[in-house]
Amino acid sequence: MLEPSFIVGQVLSGLTAAMFLFVVASGLSVVFGVLRVLNFAHGSFYMMGAYLAWQMMHWLGPVTGNFWLAVLGSALGVALLGGLVERFLLRHLYGKEDLYQLLLTYALVLILGDAARIVWGTQQLSVARPKGLAGSFELFGAVVPYYNFFIIVLGPVIAVTCWLLLTRTDLGRMIRAAALDREMLAALGADVGRLYTLMFMGGSFLAGLGGALVTPVRSIVPGMDVEIIVEAFIVVVIGGLGSFWGTFLGAIIFGQVLAFGILVLPGFSLFAVFALMAVVLIVRPAGLLGRPLS
Amino acid sequence: MKRWLPALAFILVLCVPWLGSRFHTFLATEIVILALFAVSLNLLLGYTGLVSFGHAAYFGIGAYTCAILMKTHGVPFPLAFAAAGAMAAAFAVVFGFFCVRSTRIYFAMLTLAFAQIVWAVCFKWNSVTGGEQGLSNVPYPDLSFLAALPVLGSLRTADHYFLLVMLVAGVCFFVLHRIVRSPFGRILTAIRENPERAQFVGINVRAYQVAAFAIAGAFAGFAGALFGIFNRGVFPDFAYWSKSAEVLIMAILGGIGSFWGPAIGAAALTLLNHQISSFTQYWPLVLGVVLIVLLFAFPGGVTGTLAALRARLRAKRHA
Repeated sequence: MLEPSFIVGQVLSGLTAAMFLFVVASGLSVVFGVLRVLNFAHGSFYMMGAYLAWQMMHWLGPVTGNFWLAVLGSALGVALLGGLVERFLLRHLYGKEDLYQLLLTYALVLILGDAARIVWGTQQLSVARPKGLAGSFELFGAVVPYYNFFIIVLGPVIAVTCWLLLTRTDLGRMIRAAALDREMLAALGADVGRLYTLMFMGGSFLAGLGGALVTPVRSIVPGMDVEIIVEAFIVVVIGGLGSFWGTFLGAIIFGQVLAFGILVLPGFSLFAVFALMAVVLIVRPAGLLGRPLS
Repeated sequence: MKRWLPALAFILVLCVPWLGSRFHTFLATEIVILALFAVSLNLLLGYTGLVSFGHAAYFGIGAYTCAILMKTHGVPFPLAFAAAGAMAAAFAVVFGFFCVRSTRIYFAMLTLAFAQIVWAVCFKWNSVTGGEQGLSNVPYPDLSFLAALPVLGSLRTADHYFLLVMLVAGVCFFVLHRIVRSPFGRILTAIRENPERAQFVGINVRAYQVAAFAIAGAFAGFAGALFGIFNRGVFPDFAYWSKSAEVLIMAILGGIGSFWGPAIGAAALTLLNHQISSFTQYWPLVLGVVLIVLLFAFPGGVTGTLAALRARLRAKRHA
């Protein structure tokens, strides 16, 4: 009953979903790791990325090459939005109770969700796959669209880039220092406020990038913000909050469990993921690669 | 707050069917039910110091349990109502067991994730929950005996149901009030103030947190059961995370520092919702803006502002 072509197909579709999820969840995880802010609006940034990409394709016209321009442009646009949110709203709530930060980001979810509805309406929007990646090829009998293959490759590339940025550059060193001890870093003369803004923009950029990249394979609808944020939460909980590679691992596990859970419980594969989350939390409450929060 | 004030408010609200229109009864029923929901959340939020972002799960479980039993199986209301609370509490114990193992922000995420499972089940399990369409035409409890009574006989069915809601919610409020004033409630407050110290004096912190979670879940389930009948139908949205956030906002708006604060918040937000919705469909947008204004206009938090205001009023009265 289980043909190799089917298994390969499921593995690859799981990996594609995982890499989309990783791009979004890594932003959530990194922002939490440094700013200690759980950003509910991260999913809304993802949605804004998707809508902005559609809007730019609409303006630029469906010419080859424009897709990449639209992806980059919308990710930068979302980063800018994130920067404004951090600088003018979130900054004033550091050091207060977590609850206030949660509520602020939730308020943003409500506002951005309705704003998108006002600007782009409620109908489904879609973006065509870029010309160069429109076709598909066969692998062990499974049909693999070039675009999905591209995403599977892109995920690790982004992961390694971010990791190098965090571990090998001065900026990365500062970011890790800020995650460990914000006050000490400020006492040493670093501009922690600017660092936080940059970090939040980085996280928003990843959310926007994820949203823009997903447009050729999923339709853009209101409600995609909430759907992704819950999935991203599960990924970072499984992987370990604030752990970069944990998020990567969590995303891959999520994708595979979702892809193969369909075999066990058709229509309910999300449960397999939740069951897994529960098991992980019993064995390692801080997530697979996470350290317990102090 | 004066001890007789809630009783006075209770009696005033009880008079709504005779004083107001059909719409006023409708509004009062909704407010009383949501107030119970918000006060049940505050057992976790204000008294135990647990920020739950998934309280709607238990509201939804209660609503579905009661509605399914009454509509599909023809179970009488008292039994279905009790089952709703029991079912919600049972789920709260299981979910709570996992959730209390983690710290604040993790806890909020986990409660949210579990609530989303409940929502997903309600959304997908067509044969039992009706799936996306939900269950409509949930029957009213049989209150026909009220029609034979002198003063109550002239009232409509919705008014009779309102009286039932007032009775049941009144008992629930009373019990919850007793719980937070009991030694058990004091221990919850001790855990909120300093979990480590509570542990040192020999309190099993996690067990108490799970117990608080279960009690809060049970009362949210009761509120859900009442709401499903009031709404004449139950829908997956009852367990959706926006519902959880809304009840959280109600509690914080009213003030989590006092027992009745969340109830006042529920009334304020419900009235605002009806006002806003009459001229725009973008209620979430308005709610979001209101929330941000509240967060920034009251830097010490809404609760702090209220307490400060009360202190100032008291000082003025004594002067």
